[in-house]
Amino acid sequence: MARYTPPTQGKLGQIIDVIVLLIMAIGALYIPLWMGLAGSAVTSTAVENPTWESLGQNETMVAQWEKLGFADAASAAEMITARFDYSFSVGALLAMIVVIVGYYAILLRFSEKEYREVIAEKFEE
Amino acid sequence: MAQTDTTEHVGLARVLGPAHVWALGVGIVLVGEYMGWNFAVGKGGAYAALMACWFAGILYTCVAMIDSEVTSTVAAAGGQYTQAKHIVGPLMAFNVGLYLVFAYTMLEAANAITVGFLVDTVATMSGHEGGLDQRPFIILAIMFLAWLNYRGVLATLTFNLVITAIAFTAIIILFLSTSGILGVGEMNHAALMSGQAAMPYGWLGVLAAMHFGLWYYLGIEGTTQAAEEVRSPARALPFGTLAGVMTLAIAATLTWYVCAGLMPWEYLGQSGVPLFDAARLSGSTFLMVLLGIGTLFATLASANGCINDASRAWFAMGRDKYLPGWFGAVHPKYRTPYRAIIFLVPIALIFALGAPLDQVITFSILSGLLEYTFMPLNIILFRRKWPLDTIKRGYEHPFHPLPAMVLLGLCGLAFFAVFLGYGTQLVAMIVFYIVVSLWFHFWRYRFVNRGAQFTMPWPKPRGY
Repeated sequence: MARYTPPTQGKLGQIIDVIVLLIMAIGALYIPLWMGLAGSAVTSTAVENPTWESLGQNETMVAQWEKLGFADAASAAEMITARFDYSFSVGALLAMIVVIVGYYAILLRFSEKEYREVIAEKFEE
Repeated sequence: MAQTDTTEHVGLARVLGPAHVWALGVGIVLVGEYMGWNFAVGKGGAYAALMACWFAGILYTCVAMIDSEVTSTVAAAGGQYTQAKHIVGPLMAFNVGLYLVFAYTMLEAANAITVGFLVDTVATMSGHEGGLDQRPFIILAIMFLAWLNYRGVLATLTFNLVITAIAFTAIIILFLSTSGILGVGEMNHAALMSGQAAMPYGWLGVLAAMHFGLWYYLGIEGTTQAAEEVRSPARALPFGTLAGVMTLAIAATLTWYVCAGLMPWEYLGQSGVPLFDAARLSGSTFLMVLLGIGTLFATLASANGCINDASRAWFAMGRDKYLPGWFGAVHPKYRTPYRAIIFLVPIALIFALGAPLDQVITFSILSGLLEYTFMPLNIILFRRKWPLDTIKRGYEHPFHPLPAMVLLGLCGLAFFAVFLGYGTQLVAMIVFYIVVSLWFHFWRYRFVNRGAQFTMPWPKPRGY
């Protein structure tokens, strides 16, 4: 097999490659944040005139809340009533599975193709 | 580029022993006991967080076993990246390299956020009104540690060894002081975990808690990044990594026991510095100061190790031209990958200064999770291509392929756990990796030498 000689990349090309990679990475991480799509699906229930009892807190819990600086039930109500929403559609779950499996399938397929070239050149020189 | 060509083949200095490997692994992760793990309580309640802690412990035991075998053979900078390059193929290696860089850089950002939060909390407790601007402390922490890494790996990891030991000792002292072993016990598990507080989301909450359960241990696999700088890789890497997992399992359980016995789950699940809060609840000024120092040291040790690991992965990819070769340079005096260290500083700052803590942690966990999913594939292919009688391993992990199968199953559970509540980030991140993979395969890979990137003195793999 003929040995592959890679082209030399100039400084400008190197800079462009780094910028492209950075844009993709920062975009992937920040776009969901900017679009308000990221974040935990947490909601708090508004409770009028909450008491420790109505928030389901027993004597020991109340003592600890007070030590933590929450003087009354109203100040801790938002924290106590915060709950995740774990409802999801089967369609969304299947989409996630397809995306993950598809990703690894692409990785393994392309990697195998590249790997065969590497082994061929390394061991047939 | 002339400078790159003359410096890129200079090796890193082999100066580290097993204790440094332990300190690198535990140092990165121990901060997970000081902050972040408690979001697992928020996702499923206290019992769910404990179950998640132990399931994640099984996951990381599999990771450590698999990783120790491969690393005791592939002892080169870049860790799992270099493993993937030799065992699976270049595209997988490129992805694994990015997993490492993003997992560690996001963890570094999370640590810096916690430093800022801690300083603000202490200032408020000391009577300062109106809150502090946390940004200067975040910037200072990242810049100082980057400078330390720039100056040399031995000093960096010796610094880590000391501050990690102090942070670990602080957890033990807090446990002994509040559990009743020394002095009066203050634990209230039964009362704080009764009624709806026991399992607020039922068994679905246990699954969901696996998401942040990984945070108890995330980063321990970073020990392999130092492979090229360890004096005896075949002995030090398995020993340091497995000792690290055991240390963390103990620390995680003690941390859960203390915090779940002192705080209502609703507070614990949203706390920024849970161990420090536990010390506050003990009423002891000594414990409060000790755990405040422990939190600071744990975050600094972790960020320090993260800079070390992320820069090694970036450096290794630059050296192979997977990334521009300019990054593959070693400092002529300090023998560190200085360009990679400097380049990653602003990226860490962007996220530390601009994103919420739970998001940054989730980004880090997702990259880690993708990496752990690669590991079972890696070890199965490694054993298939080079059976035990073809390459001498420094360590052979037992019961193959059981650990690989267990790891794959637990990774599947963890993906589902992230999907519950953070599905958008999961899909966005995987779409990013798909796009960047296509960019690598169809564009970037043309600059890579084919045969020359295979550097291990191994025989030809079976089946090729």
